[in-house]
Amino acid sequence: MRLSQQEVEHIALLSRLKLTDEERERMTTQLNDIMRFYEQLGELDTTDVEPTSHVIPMSNVLRADEARPSLPVDDVLENAPERAGDSFRVPRVVE
Amino acid sequence: MLLTAAEAGRLIAARELSSVELTRACLERMRTVEGDVHAFVRVTDDLALSQAAEIDRRMAAGENLGPLAGVPIALKDILCTRGVPTTCCSRILENYVPPYDATVIQRLKQAGLVFLGKTNMDEFAMGSSTENSAFGPTHNPWDLARVPGGSSGGSAAALAALEAPLAIGTDTGGSIRQPAAFCGVTGLKPTYGRVSRYGLVAFASSLDQIGPMARDVRDCALLLQVLAGHDPLDSTSIAAAVPDYAAVLEDSVKDLRVGVPTEFFEYRGSRVSGEVEDAVRAAARVFEGLGAACDEVSTPHLQYVIPVYYIIAPAEASSNLARYDGVAYGHRTPRGAADVIELYEETREEGFGPEVKRRIMLGTYALSAGYYDAYYLKASQVRTLIRRDFEKAFENHDLLVAPVTPSLPFRLGEKTDDPVQMYISDVCTIAANMAGLPAISIPAGYADGLPIGLQIIGKPLDEATVLRAAYAFQQAADFHRLAPLDAPGRDGVRAVVAWERRGQR
Repeated sequence: MRLSQQEVEHIALLSRLKLTDEERERMTTQLNDIMRFYEQLGELDTTDVEPTSHVIPMSNVLRADEARPSLPVDDVLENAPERAGDSFRVPRVVE
Repeated sequence: MLLTAAEAGRLIAARELSSVELTRACLERMRTVEGDVHAFVRVTDDLALSQAAEIDRRMAAGENLGPLAGVPIALKDILCTRGVPTTCCSRILENYVPPYDATVIQRLKQAGLVFLGKTNMDEFAMGSSTENSAFGPTHNPWDLARVPGGSSGGSAAALAALEAPLAIGTDTGGSIRQPAAFCGVTGLKPTYGRVSRYGLVAFASSLDQIGPMARDVRDCALLLQVLAGHDPLDSTSIAAAVPDYAAVLEDSVKDLRVGVPTEFFEYRGSRVSGEVEDAVRAAARVFEGLGAACDEVSTPHLQYVIPVYYIIAPAEASSNLARYDGVAYGHRTPRGAADVIELYEETREEGFGPEVKRRIMLGTYALSAGYYDAYYLKASQVRTLIRRDFEKAFENHDLLVAPVTPSLPFRLGEKTDDPVQMYISDVCTIAANMAGLPAISIPAGYADGLPIGLQIIGKPLDEATVLRAAYAFQQAADFHRLAPLDAPGRDGVRAVVAWERRGQR
């Protein structure tokens, strides 16, 4: 299976990356080169093989739902590209 | 002869050497070699000197601090450090100053270590050469025209260039072990879950692990002692007792059963280089000489680690890196986006480098509707087969010894235009991450004046046996004692040693 430039454009949209024409072209070639590796997995029959998403037994770690001290608001907003009072400012989201 | 971290800690505790004196010597060494090596992206000299002075004051007051108190350390720039810019060597985090400390940073502070600065790395730890740093590459101290490996290339180079006696690295597919091998130093990737990932900037969360890097095994063991242990702030942190690693280092290895996995020497018809194979086989004979039993073992699914890794790691990365959107912290496009989607797209386009974009794209594709089963699910199933290979090998072996890299350190620029070639260079290290196993890289020889690494892989949570075997090897063979000065014919950094062993000065 080979990705077309249109498909790469669509993946870029899903990834929230705006690619230049040159980047899209290069990316299409490179992604196709890399995905040639993926075909090797077709050599293996994995019917009934459990997938591994984590190597250690995972369970939710819960704690009592009690209020605890958190970072001061000013410390957190210190890194904000743009702030408005105690909030992060972003461009209009809803019309 | 160089002062190890263990010796330095002992001298500082005995008040025969001050932490300030040692820290000044490291900072001086950095000033001498950084122009050539570029291991650091930020030097925190004021912080280091104030930490060192504080340790000296506490020592003078008779406080009994740990064995590494007052010893300087280099930190990979991927660990959140309160008040110190933490960039992951990415434009998108160029101005980020964390409001909190990673758990390992807190532990290092508690143990009294002195922070020299933040080391260079591939952007978001994605790479095998440190050439993907937004702030320029690091050069291998053994040969400045060659890469130090990656992604913890800055940490490995800082050790090799004698700028720091200790360093922290992180390892998602080999990022501690491969640079350790390329720079002739010692680096351990602990068992997945052994060290807390809280405050580590996430790349691939099921694979990432923080670990110690040093110039010998004892120093690595002492540093692991500081890092390891359960942390309620990391839900994948393992609640298992942490043994006293230094206490078992000198135990005999003659009861050990060592396997040499055949497939680590040949990946789909291409064999590791002759120098690497010779060094690893010679190392196996060293273990035999020490009384260990050695035989060949098979891990057949190693032939699939490259596609499995380059599906799973980008899939996790595409999700983890979704948070860089220009809203709460990090870079935001100055271009004034019309709406929030444009804000995301412009910010990410400007902030991420090419390798990071490639992996986000690969991961987004592998997880997208209609392809999930064919790629991510399939890769996760093959990951199970890789794990089972190791479970089987460890039924009748205590350790596996293997190459770390298929070749000697390559030249800067040699693989940058060919991501596929760069990816294949990880073939020997990825499997330990897939199976969550502890694995160390130690120097095992030199060819053409360049270092060769030996990998020792252990059972889950059995870092103690890995360290014991690696220590025994370093007692039997002296490869770890060489510094770039000893590489004739190579244009490496001169090892004018700033922190010589005091008694021999």
